[in-house]
Amino acid sequence: MIDSVETLNKRVEALRRESLAATRILVSMGTCGIAAGAAPVLAELRRLLAERGLENTVEIVETGCIGQCYAEPSVEILNPESNSGITYGKVKVSEVSMIIDHLADVVPGLETVNKTWYYPEDEANADNRLQARIVLRNSGRIDPEKLEDYLKNRGYQALAKVLTGMSPAEVVKEITESGLRGRGGGGFPTGMKWSFAAAQPAGRKYIVCNADEGDPGAFMDRAVLEGDPHSVLEAMIIGGYAIGADTGIVYIRAEYPLAVKRLKIAIRQAEENGLLGKNIFGSGFNFKIELKYGAGAFVCGEETALIHSIEGKRGEPTFKPPFPAVSGLWGCPTVVNNVETYANVPAVIRRGAAWFRTIGTEKSPGTKVFALAGKVENVGLVEVPMGTALRDIIFNLGGGIRDGKQFKAVQTGGPSGGCLKADRLDTRIDYDTLTALGSMMGSGGMIVMDEDDCMVNIAKFFLEFTLDESCGKCTPCRIGNTRLHEMLDRICTGRATGDTINKLRNLAYAVKDTSLCGLGQTSPNPVLSTLANFEEEYEAHIRDKKCPAGVCTKLITYLINDNCVGCTLCARNCPVSCISGERKQKHVIDQDRCIKCGVCYQACKFHAIDRI
Amino acid sequence: MSCGDCPDGRKFDLIKEFPEKTKQLNDFIDALDIGPDRNRNRGFLIESLHEAQHIFGYLPRSVQQFVADKLHLYLSEVYGVISFYSYFTDRPVGKYKISVCTGTACFVRGANAVLEEFKRLLVLENGETTPDRKFSLASLRCVGACSLAPVVMVNDQVYGKVTAKMVADIINECK
Ligand SMILES: Cc1cc2nc3c(=O)[nH]c(=O)nc-3n(C[C@H](O)[C@H](O)[C@H](O)COP(=O)(O)O)c2cc1C
Ligand code: SF4
Ligand code: SF4
Ligand code: SF4
Ligand code: FES
Repeated sequence: MIDSVETLNKRVEALRRESLAATRILVSMGTCGIAAGAAPVLAELRRLLAERGLENTVEIVETGCIGQCYAEPSVEILNPESNSGITYGKVKVSEVSMIIDHLADVVPGLETVNKTWYYPEDEANADNRLQARIVLRNSGRIDPEKLEDYLKNRGYQALAKVLTGMSPAEVVKEITESGLRGRGGGGFPTGMKWSFAAAQPAGRKYIVCNADEGDPGAFMDRAVLEGDPHSVLEAMIIGGYAIGADTGIVYIRAEYPLAVKRLKIAIRQAEENGLLGKNIFGSGFNFKIELKYGAGAFVCGEETALIHSIEGKRGEPTFKPPFPAVSGLWGCPTVVNNVETYANVPAVIRRGAAWFRTIGTEKSPGTKVFALAGKVENVGLVEVPMGTALRDIIFNLGGGIRDGKQFKAVQTGGPSGGCLKADRLDTRIDYDTLTALGSMMGSGGMIVMDEDDCMVNIAKFFLEFTLDESCGKCTPCRIGNTRLHEMLDRICTGRATGDTINKLRNLAYAVKDTSLCGLGQTSPNPVLSTLANFEEEYEAHIRDKKCPAGVCTKLITYLINDNCVGCTLCARNCPVSCISGERKQKHVIDQDRCIKCGVCYQACKFHAIDRI
Repeated sequence: MSCGDCPDGRKFDLIKEFPEKTKQLNDFIDALDIGPDRNRNRGFLIESLHEAQHIFGYLPRSVQQFVADKLHLYLSEVYGVISFYSYFTDRPVGKYKISVCTGTACFVRGANAVLEEFKRLLVLENGETTPDRKFSLASLRCVGACSLAPVVMVNDQVYGKVTAKMVADIINECK
């Protein structure tokens, strides 16, 4: 039971003394790690350590996602004395025994991964590393299912500080002064939101954590919840104290079963240890946290829709004002914040607003986690100070474009955002610079595209998504997006006429201007930004009936030319067996049956297949 | 509205047919903090439906009615929620639930070709189940394993870096 600062500190000291194991082996057991095959690697580690009688000197820690998803399964050997580690990437079960043979030094020949981050709370950035980890400070370093691991890493110190030495108004002031802005998309100042709710008359109020993470291709909230769930709980309790709420609710999407499981464990541990419940830290403050589940609706990430969903209704947004901070869940003042926003709060409280402001830009202090995916070499999570150049993120941390291809564009902000071309790579990104360029920060999805991606098709993809997810409550979004999608479909299939671009643009603005909620107000952004940056690609589809990137199947034909040596490779690989020809004779494609999958084009080693 | 109760033309009431499953659901709802305020009870609807779908596999009319009665709600309120959220289904699903991720990261790495190949080989449209109820095909948006894009899930098993060529093998593995 932790009921005072003294018991917390005693507990932490005892835990520090207890951890005698000389070496710690960290295995990333997040969704990405498990999917990549971490479980058999872990089992082999356990088996071999037991076989060699090392269970007591070597401690295995099952951590959450470290962010280097491209290198999973990863195993890190940590020497607690020097606090230095070796990280192996793409570990195979057969390599585990070598790793155990060489605990202190690097196994020759195995792939290792370099750390590209530092921890601003602990250390100076001596090596000028690009990543600064505040939100991901514990992810991949601690066992998320052990409260003890969190406590050893300053866990619940911020809560102790708040409950034993700060007034609610002082907490709001600290958060306001830190300049922390909401990481869920809008970038609204968190302190201001808290102050609105705090100013409401005392009574029932709620703190809600938005863990709906709907942007497909963004997974930072998942990583935090799987890797460091207590940090979110700690922040919610602090928020509750600041605004005068006694109940917190985490609204989490059902597609994240592992995050749900770890949150449940964390809540139970916090309750058992008196960190949730009555009279926390002997302060007289009570707080409880409940879980509520989404059920696969992107629009439920919008805060008013989310509140209706918690109330058991269809997740349809309503007009703001009133803002949730004034009238939210069950009509009570409600603060809705994103997972990543909360994960910042304990650090801000521990180190103070002034410290937080030393990182990032003046208008957007702190860091942002991006989910870097698509055509980059190193897919994963990166946490960089606001104001980092796109080029550093994509080419340095991301390792550049895969397979030696050319960078074409990067989409930020998911289905609500826009794309940026190569000429914007030196932009130092924060909320305001991205908005000024017609894109947006969004929740931090960053999808990199290369020369093989057709921008019209990308715009169509995002609209398909919005169409699926539009709740249908208001006409501009329900009908307008349908018409936009039809126009894009006509362009991609070569049925569009001359003035389509103008119609597209006009309707896109109309949908933006007249939709009820953020979904419809931003859904035309991918269309508008691809139009602004790649109008010539639209023109090629409409005027020449050609898809320059070779993606839109209706506009391309595969033909075998005279380079063909009759090696039969393409015929053997064609999924519909529509290529015929004798060995050592020129082959032919049956155009009526060809499904334009492009397999033959990629298979041929003699440049004998043209895509026109 | 389809009742989904009669997959092969017969009247088929899951609630009557499976008393132990019904009891499980009944116990789950009884353990919730249901009070006199029916508006408040609605707050338990979505978690009750999650549990019901977990137990029965899908939510046909008989199950919807059962949940509605337990929470003192109208059937229309329950159906309204089921039809809104894509996670809930009132149709039976196959033994092997194949979900192709069509999130952005998977899309740019070729998820469409994979989905098309599943459609072609299973002769199914997205969202359908084979008549023998062996396979269902669906697309979903991002399972958070974007580093393995394109990703396919068969029940809980994750397949990463899937190409159209691998699709036949994945289907064959479902035995
Ligand atoms: C269509 C739509 C989807 C959204 N999805 C999410 C989401 O998945 N996660 C999230 O935190 N915020 C999402 N938001 C933003 C929320 O409405 C809200 O602004 C945010 O949760 C506030 O938290 P913050 O201030 O900490 O960012 C979405 C907004 C819209 C309009
Ligand atoms: S803009 Fe779209 S999602 Fe938002 S309320 Fe209107 S129809 Fe629903
Ligand atoms: S793979 Fe190329 S060279 Fe070989 S048969 Fe096909 S087209 Fe001809
Ligand atoms: S594009 Fe695909 S279907 Fe057409 S010939 Fe080539 S391999 Fe066969
Ligand atoms: S987009 Fe498919 S796993 Fe993320």
